[in-house]
Amino acid sequence: MKTEKYSRVVKSPLLFLGIPLLFLILFLPSLVSNYYVGLAIQILVMAIFATSLNLLVGYTGLPSLGHAAYFGVAGYAAGFLYLAGMKNLWLMIILGMGLGAITAAIFGLLAIRAKGPYFLIITLALAQVLWAIAFKWRSLTGGDDGLPGIGRPEIGLGINLKADPHFYYLTWVIFLLFLLAFSILINSPFGHTLRGIRESESRMKALGCNVWLYKYLAFIFAGSLAGISGVLWVCYDGFVNPSNLGINLSITGLLMLILGGGGSLYGPALGAGIIVLLENIVSGFTERWSLCLGMIYIVVIMLFPEGIFSVMRRGR
Amino acid sequence: MAFWILQTLNGLSFSMLLFLIAAGFTLIFGLMKIINIAHGSFYLLSAYIGLTILHATGSFLLALAAGSLAAVILGIVMESFFLRRFHMKDLQQVLLTFGFVLVISDLCLWIWGGNPQTLPIPSGFEGSIWIAGMVFPIYRLLVILLGVLFAIGLWIFQEKTKIGAIVRAGVDDEEMLRGSGINIQMVFAAVFALGALLAGLGGIIGGPFVGVFPGVDIWILLLALVVVIIGGVGSLKGAFVGSLLVGLIDNFGKALFPQFSLFTIFAPMAIILAIRPSGIFGRLEK
Repeated sequence: MKTEKYSRVVKSPLLFLGIPLLFLILFLPSLVSNYYVGLAIQILVMAIFATSLNLLVGYTGLPSLGHAAYFGVAGYAAGFLYLAGMKNLWLMIILGMGLGAITAAIFGLLAIRAKGPYFLIITLALAQVLWAIAFKWRSLTGGDDGLPGIGRPEIGLGINLKADPHFYYLTWVIFLLFLLAFSILINSPFGHTLRGIRESESRMKALGCNVWLYKYLAFIFAGSLAGISGVLWVCYDGFVNPSNLGINLSITGLLMLILGGGGSLYGPALGAGIIVLLENIVSGFTERWSLCLGMIYIVVIMLFPEGIFSVMRRGR
Repeated sequence: MAFWILQTLNGLSFSMLLFLIAAGFTLIFGLMKIINIAHGSFYLLSAYIGLTILHATGSFLLALAAGSLAAVILGIVMESFFLRRFHMKDLQQVLLTFGFVLVISDLCLWIWGGNPQTLPIPSGFEGSIWIAGMVFPIYRLLVILLGVLFAIGLWIFQEKTKIGAIVRAGVDDEEMLRGSGINIQMVFAAVFALGALLAGLGGIIGGPFVGVFPGVDIWILLLALVVVIIGGVGSLKGAFVGSLLVGLIDNFGKALFPQFSLFTIFAPMAIILAIRPSGIFGRLEK
């Protein structure tokens, strides 16, 4: 019995893939150039963003089209803090999560009463309003040019985040902590209630569950979690502009989710990896990367409307 | 007095442009529940093609025809080769239409460059007239007239023609309509083409005063969203009233409180969402 269990563990593909993968992750900065380390950081940050969106789309069944709003608001907050001389990363993350939650609390009040496509339209419009404000309010946000000159934050402990490898390990730590918190959240009674609402709102109502409140809380949680990714992105990039709030990012997040598979813990992170790599490869070999990406999006949706991994899942 | 008249006319001309764009969006959404992220791309493509035709031939009418034809063709291609397969799958539709936004905007950037451009005003309408002791451009009056004509035309189409009745039936109960033996695919394609046509006309008509530039597609989409959320998504009457409200409030807001000009378009939307989430003429959906 014991040996059987043992052999199953050894034979499991996770272990064969897992150990080399672990080494790759740990020693990546000494194996490849800073460009690829940067790419890995981008993937991790986008994975946090897509996973936070998954709480709404995959677990609660609320297809939000304005998730970039919380990413961007947190990013601007981090930018303002840094430029005001407050460079502590934890302060930025707390403020970013707080502002993401507040923005989501306001948007949620206006959007959650709507259902299905109406919910999509309202969340899109609300996020685009923030985008337009960031775009036009030049004295505060720098308009289209954004806020340049944001440096790497400080976390104390004598660690210098200006070096990309250091930032890379920090991003991993934050990503893993985030994923742990997220999996606790979705496996808690709260998370099960959200899945219940996704499957059948009317039944949950009949069970005496306050559906609106749960949706609203999920909305706020998702907004504050997206704030983490917004702060990290701006700290890595050194720059924030209206595109951090825009429709482009909101929809890219959805694409990551659909590609990797919504409603699973690791799906959005996989989708984020695919999309970030794709964007970098395409923009590396052609000036018309936006055109190519658009065509790739169309082809991908035509071929895998339910995500790449759904094909395998169906095969099983 | 002159101030109020001029600002009202100014606001009305913007309202009528908004109506053309929002009417197309709301028609498509009302029947097919498609959120067409690429709605502004019809405006973008049509305005650029109109610009080229105008420079080549000097004829505004020819530009109008070519621009809106391009929008209609794009609309039909999008609907029949791509969106049709994803009926009622809103996320897939959003991602597909967003792919088109990227493709069209980058193609236009490639062909026409990144500088903001405006279409020349059609000959015969370049001048201004005196209204209440102040000058007002004739072209803006023409835009108001065209907007009203289109509104009446669309109302007649929807309320008095057989196709209009079919579309209304489809909005109410699509399954019943299918059951009554009507070729709904044709209706879908026609309505999508009509929506594209209206946005394409908007690109040419708005070209002389809104202009065309990279990113205008997203602005146009945002304006359409604001109008339809205020008026009620899927309702033509709502699109008309929403356009009037947004155009006038925006214009007077900018004239009276320039320091808040950013919020004058969005404040009405937030208020409407707070007190009447379905919009003025929208129905709380099933």
